[in-house]
Amino acid sequence: MTEPQPLMAGKRGLVMGVANDRSIAWGIAKAVHEQGAELAFTYQGEALEKRVRPLAESVGSDQVIACDVTDDASIDAVFTQIEKSWGQLDFLVHAIAYADKEELKGKYLATSRDNFLRSLDISCYSLTAISQRAVPLMKDGGSILTLTYYGAERVMPHYNVMGVAKAALEASVRYLAADLGDQRIRVNAISAGPIKTLAASGIGDFRHILKWNELNSPLRQNVSIDQVGGAGLYLLSNLSTGVTGEVHHVDSGYHVVGMMSVDAAPQLAELLKNFTPQS
Amino acid sequence: MSNDIAERVKKIVVEHLGVDDAKVTETASFIDDLGADSLDTVELVMAFEEEFGCEIPDDAAEKIVTVKDAIDFIQEHS
Repeated sequence: MTEPQPLMAGKRGLVMGVANDRSIAWGIAKAVHEQGAELAFTYQGEALEKRVRPLAESVGSDQVIACDVTDDASIDAVFTQIEKSWGQLDFLVHAIAYADKEELKGKYLATSRDNFLRSLDISCYSLTAISQRAVPLMKDGGSILTLTYYGAERVMPHYNVMGVAKAALEASVRYLAADLGDQRIRVNAISAGPIKTLAASGIGDFRHILKWNELNSPLRQNVSIDQVGGAGLYLLSNLSTGVTGEVHHVDSGYHVVGMMSVDAAPQLAELLKNFTPQS
Repeated sequence: MSNDIAERVKKIVVEHLGVDDAKVTETASFIDDLGADSLDTVELVMAFEEEFGCEIPDDAAEKIVTVKDAIDFIQEHS
């Protein structure tokens, strides 16, 4: 009997969008690293570089590359470097989104054209832009994974233009999956439940959103970045070679629930009694 | 009890910003004196919320400039 190979042995992947050790992308990076994957990271701006570099080092990666996804030349440079150092790529994690914080409260109706275009560009088009460059490097097939949220499917307070951007992102996953299937490149999304990350700090009433999800989800818990990491490992590894175009919910089952939990009614009553909306 | 809050706040600041604990005086400004960037201030607020189980809304977080501001807010709200 030989030892079984780790799930990601010999696989190389680029992770775009780690901000700090609370980032969902970091949960995924850790999970695939533990199974033998070799990683590269991108960051946007100096403040994030300072945070990403030590994390990358902790998983044995010295490839930490600047990337502004609104700039084609910047994306080109990332993949030129990956091609130079690795020659090929097995997986890609896209964990990038942006919306003007001022419009992550109040009504969607108030969304400005500028914020709409910028949010859709960074949060949605970027997946297509990086896929265009990644595909030629995925010579033995590959797996592309992005992150979405239930606010794409149903209305969530304050999520506003991000909900619209995530809906477009989920549609992109399906179109890209169809385009790339014949090259054995799979494209999937994880729809994670709310997690207190740096990015989530921009969303109004987040603490109440967390509590609401915890009390109403079938598993009665919020998800951790490690739980998302486990699902990410599945979608990036050969365990899921039959899966593409999928939006996989890692949300303690919240998306199947049609009404608030009757069992949790007393706690929900307490939560609602103390609730004053931020805007 | 209040000293305890001050000590816990200072400990978080020292650990998060990687600064010498002697520099973390109550009047020290996170950005001007302790070298924090704008993301550090958000991360510190998150760390305070976690440690003390309280919520620091955006408009309150913007007013937390010094170590003392953080201690005062937490003492009033926990």
